[in-house]
Amino acid sequence: MSTVLCENLCRTFHQGDAVIKALDHLSVSISQGEFITLSGPSGSGKTTLLNAIGGLDRPDSGSITVADQRIDQMSKAQLSDMRLNNIGFVFQAYNLIPVLSARENVEFVMQVQGVPAAERRQNAMEILEEVGLSGMEDRRPGQLSGGQQQRVAVARAIVSKPALVLADEPTANLDSVTMSHLMELFVELNEKHRITFLIATHDQRVMAYAKRRIHMQDGKIVSDERQ
Amino acid sequence: MTVRANNNARVLFTLAWRYLWRNYRRTIIMLLAIAVAVWAMIFMIALMRGMVDDMVHGSIRSFIGHVQIHHPDYRDDPSVVNRIAAPGGELLEYLESPSLDWTARVRVPAVVSSSRESMGVTLMGVMPERETRMSDIPGQISAGRFIESPDDSGIVVGEKLARRLETDLGKRIVLMSQDPDNNIAERGFRIVGIFSAELAAMEEQYVFVGLETAQQLLNIGDSVSEIEIQGPDYRNVDAIFRSVQELTPTRDVRPWYDIDAYLGSMLSVMDGFVLVWIVVIFMALSFGLVNTLVMAVFERVREIGLMLALGMRPSAILFQVLLETLLLLVIGLAIGNALVIATIIPLADGIDISAVAEGMAMMGAASTLYPALYWQDMLLANIIVIVLGLLAAVLPALRASRYDPVRALTKT
Repeated sequence: MSTVLCENLCRTFHQGDAVIKALDHLSVSISQGEFITLSGPSGSGKTTLLNAIGGLDRPDSGSITVADQRIDQMSKAQLSDMRLNNIGFVFQAYNLIPVLSARENVEFVMQVQGVPAAERRQNAMEILEEVGLSGMEDRRPGQLSGGQQQRVAVARAIVSKPALVLADEPTANLDSVTMSHLMELFVELNEKHRITFLIATHDQRVMAYAKRRIHMQDGKIVSDERQ
Repeated sequence: MTVRANNNARVLFTLAWRYLWRNYRRTIIMLLAIAVAVWAMIFMIALMRGMVDDMVHGSIRSFIGHVQIHHPDYRDDPSVVNRIAAPGGELLEYLESPSLDWTARVRVPAVVSSSRESMGVTLMGVMPERETRMSDIPGQISAGRFIESPDDSGIVVGEKLARRLETDLGKRIVLMSQDPDNNIAERGFRIVGIFSAELAAMEEQYVFVGLETAQQLLNIGDSVSEIEIQGPDYRNVDAIFRSVQELTPTRDVRPWYDIDAYLGSMLSVMDGFVLVWIVVIFMALSFGLVNTLVMAVFERVREIGLMLALGMRPSAILFQVLLETLLLLVIGLAIGNALVIATIIPLADGIDISAVAEGMAMMGAASTLYPALYWQDMLLANIIVIVLGLLAAVLPALRASRYDPVRALTKT
């Protein structure tokens, strides 16, 4: 069963007089538990594909099914709920809420989901321990290093056991040691919780962790390798 | 409330509160602006209310009272012919209620003459004990004394009248009027007291004798021209008015705002002024408020985009900004209200405005201004600030809720 099914996706952007085809009749199927990297040069459409699958952007045409729901026809509120319950996001620039502590950032999605406080706190503490941030739960993002912040973002992305984690250049701002730790964490979470990971990256070292590597160019998939 | 709604409310409150204090300098400046604006609103209203209260009280204590009873034709022809019986029966029983005070007067046109001059006046036959409680003149005697009993044989005149008649305390003057049969009723009186009033016209207009003395002079038995009633609050006289009207259906019963329509309309104008003043001050404040909110939203575009991306609904973002505004307003209002109370309590003894007393006296106000703080005015100011403040916040809040998460997340 597919976690994600994209069929014939098209998405164009206009830049001055130029029309850029970010997605050009792209189709892809992603099964539950896969660990995939999405690579390609800048402008190849990686982020556009992630945004479309994550319900952050709408394709001009084509269909997207995530966790058996057609998301390309959903309203804004329905998309919000779909993202909340099915998708975890890890962004390049950490993107934590600066006025919340590490634990509160991790709890944020669960709180919006309506998880009771005690359960929320327990889950957050467990996941923070799992990502190696035990004892740092009360620190605000400004008091954490880049790697620690990205770990909090990962913890937030996976704490509510989403069907899919979308990560856009998650290691771009990290040093190689921190990068390795984060990727090992991703692999561990993928194997342990069977969470599907789709990671957009330029980094060959990141691609080395993947069981399936999709390469994009000009809005199309030019290679799809499985190990 | 469901767990989800409860959780959402909590997370929204947490975010709103913390974002409020993220840039604490800006928040403190905005809070001070709100507090000062609220203080200015309510304090100015209290001063104006105090002035109007003073004018109304002064007028009420100048032989108007809260409710008056007359003969139906008295207002057109205030002569001795249009008189009424002194209070009795059910009316007297009602007037003797603990919350009410009343007096009856003979009030007719007369001519007063000295050896030098004659002048038209209003003869007031009064019940001195009651009059002292209900009017200001008995307390404004500048020479001699006020009338001491209903059958007092003396007369009390104003300073200006005494000057015009070229007479003085202890001298005799002649009072002349008409009895119900149109016969001349006249009698000589010795001046036992001279009063000074804030309004010079009153010193010229009224002369006071005992009620029984006036009744004997005019040959009207125990009839009177008017009955004046005062209740606990000039703003709530309608109940008294209706009760008296029911008890004396054949007489002309009027509330004070009907007798002195100018003063009554001033009270309505004051209510309108309060509203306009609050809105005007708020308009000035709203520029700062909207600017603060726009900045607060603008500096966290990425965070708003993140929350939207993570699954927070646009409506929740809207409520978050509105809640932040509400918190800002509520704290600002609390400080502003506290400032108002802290300012008004030390001014309980009044503010000396003698520098402009002459002008104020022309309007019937005294030279000391007592700020009058009404909880209704405070409540109105608070409600208007909150409602208009939230309305002012709708635009920045809507803007925040409509961000495209992808664009917002890439904002630097």
